Amino acid sequence: MLNAANILFWAVLAALLFFARRQRIFWPLLALTLLLLFNQLFTPGFFNLELREGHLYGTRIDILKHGGTVMLVALGMTLVIATGGVDLSVGAVMAVAGAVLAQAAAVHQQSAGVAMLLALVVSLGLGAWNGLLVAGIGIQPIVATLILMVAGRGIAQLITEGQIINFTNPALVYIANGYFLGLPFACTLVLVLLAATYALTRATALGLFIESVGDNDVASRYAGVNARFVKFTAYVFAGFCAGLAGLVAASDIKSADANHAGLYAELDAILAVVIGGTALTGGRFYLLGSIVGAFLIQTLTTTMYARNVSADIAPVPKALVVIAVCLLQSEKARRCFTRFLPRKSPAAPTANAKAGS
Amino acid sequence: MKRINPKYIPLAATALVMIALYVLGCLLYPNFGSLRVVVNLFGDNAFLGIAAVGGTFVILSGGIDLSVGAVIAFIGILIASLISGGMPPMVAIALALVVGTVFGAAQGSLIRFFDLPPFLVTLGGMFLMRGLAFVVRAESLAIKHRFYQQTIRQLAIPLAPRIAIPFTAICFIAVVIVATYICIYTRFGRNVYSIGSSENSALLMGVPVGSTKIGIYALAGFFSALAGCVSTFYMQSGNPASFVGLELDAIAAVVIGGTLLTGGVGFVPGTLMGVLILGLIQTLITFQGNLNTWWTKIAIGVLLLLFIVLQKSISGARRA
Repeated sequence: MLNAANILFWAVLAALLFFARRQRIFWPLLALTLLLLFNQLFTPGFFNLELREGHLYGTRIDILKHGGTVMLVALGMTLVIATGGVDLSVGAVMAVAGAVLAQAAAVHQQSAGVAMLLALVVSLGLGAWNGLLVAGIGIQPIVATLILMVAGRGIAQLITEGQIINFTNPALVYIANGYFLGLPFACTLVLVLLAATYALTRATALGLFIESVGDNDVASRYAGVNARFVKFTAYVFAGFCAGLAGLVAASDIKSADANHAGLYAELDAILAVVIGGTALTGGRFYLLGSIVGAFLIQTLTTTMYARNVSADIAPVPKALVVIAVCLLQSEKARRCFTRFLPRKSPAAPTANAKAGS
Repeated sequence: MKRINPKYIPLAATALVMIALYVLGCLLYPNFGSLRVVVNLFGDNAFLGIAAVGGTFVILSGGIDLSVGAVIAFIGILIASLISGGMPPMVAIALALVVGTVFGAAQGSLIRFFDLPPFLVTLGGMFLMRGLAFVVRAESLAIKHRFYQQTIRQLAIPLAPRIAIPFTAICFIAVVIVATYICIYTRFGRNVYSIGSSENSALLMGVPVGSTKIGIYALAGFFSALAGCVSTFYMQSGNPASFVGLELDAIAAVVIGGTLLTGGVGFVPGTLMGVLILGLIQTLITFQGNLNTWWTKIAIGVLLLLFIVLQKSISGARRA
């Protein structure tokens, strides 16, 4: 069903695609567009949009709402991956942040502000711990963050004493369930964090420092960049983002569930970052790409729910996306496939360059 | 005095921690020292151990395998539904082992031919296997067959009155022996070490890096599938939702066992000790009774930290 709002939606998407046609973000955006197009044609009700009590409702709004946690985590993960590292502990940090929030608000009767502040301070601390291990002691990032990935969930259970703690504080429930200017508040949170991160990394030299450290940390140290500090900051920031995502996830279900909060969040976030065009080897990062990547993952999940695919089988299409994205980014795979295409010798290298080699 | 080779220090530390935990248990609880505890330690952790042995090869080569837990769940439910569909158990197990090996080889081929990061490929493998497990059957399925209900029990080796080594433990010990042999005495094992130390040097030395890599992941797939079979012996059922996060325990066991995650250094018997340490922590917490399960995770995290810092300080000292 096409109505005016939908025509406008497609026009905006087409314009975005046109302006991004030479950017790295083009491919994830194209994949997202194709997935949405599939839904427009074959999934009835997917493109319904309603305005009730000043709030927008519809499947696309659900995607915005539920994609928020992955987007928040992915923003922090982008910077960590850009330094050539990876943070496996973000899911566990989310669980800890949720546990601290619920424990402070429900059991110790603290105000919403104090509870949120406590949760964020703890997440910053956990991020600093990762940063210390990676930048201070020089442990390989996968290994260093594995420690907190294993122990973090135990810490979260320790805080909640193994219980699922419910809370009813309206301000805390608002984080994930409230609406701001007609859009879910989680969405506003993502926009604010994205804008702040973008300003911090692209309007200052910080982004350049991060990329140089990811490219070659020894060389950047000789060039006068404080490589250790840059790495440390990236992990602290990832911890902060994960903590924020933990608040949203806990607020979404109005309780802290130490076992399931943020389960596989690290894998989704890494996937979002890689889909967005940031290579796992570090050295370059694309914040907007990561957001589009998170959108793509959430749209895929929501599509499957909308089409009544069992939640248990949902990992299969996700697996295919992971492999497809990996192949698209692999130099060797692209060379393999282009060998079978009709040869246009001068045009071939530009086609490669556009794909972002 | 003869100085020990620094590469054995993590192994010695692992052995020390294992013995210390066991002695601590014996001192604290009178029944801890019984033979039954030791036998159960092997039997209960057999599938984790077999998967961790497969993971040791992958980590020795500098890679990582995240698909372990999902593969075990998939193989478990596959065997359960094949047997309930009327297939003889031995045929079902053989088929499952082939499926696991082929799946591992497919992951290895993606890594080898397209230079994809093992982390992402095996992540995809994990999603795929977990989803396919639910495609096979959405809920758990008990295995009711004479082979499972009687033969497996009869295969246990009696040690003392009313204590026998269960068949799962025998599988585990056999796997450790075979894998140790492959690792130390075969050309394939040496190639794994050389790739883990430096892939470029291995290539220049004439090591068949490509085929070895595929072989490593195929071997890991085989061991994961075997772990899946052993899990059906142990649970007498298959469950597509089981063993979530087992890959983390497997990696933790390998690291605690003294294998460097950067590759090139490590031993299969170390992984055996790593698995036993995880099992000992679990048993200690069960014996204590008042402590909750989350202390297991925290204890494993602390041990991981200790071993990683130890390895770091040793490799740092060697370089200096």
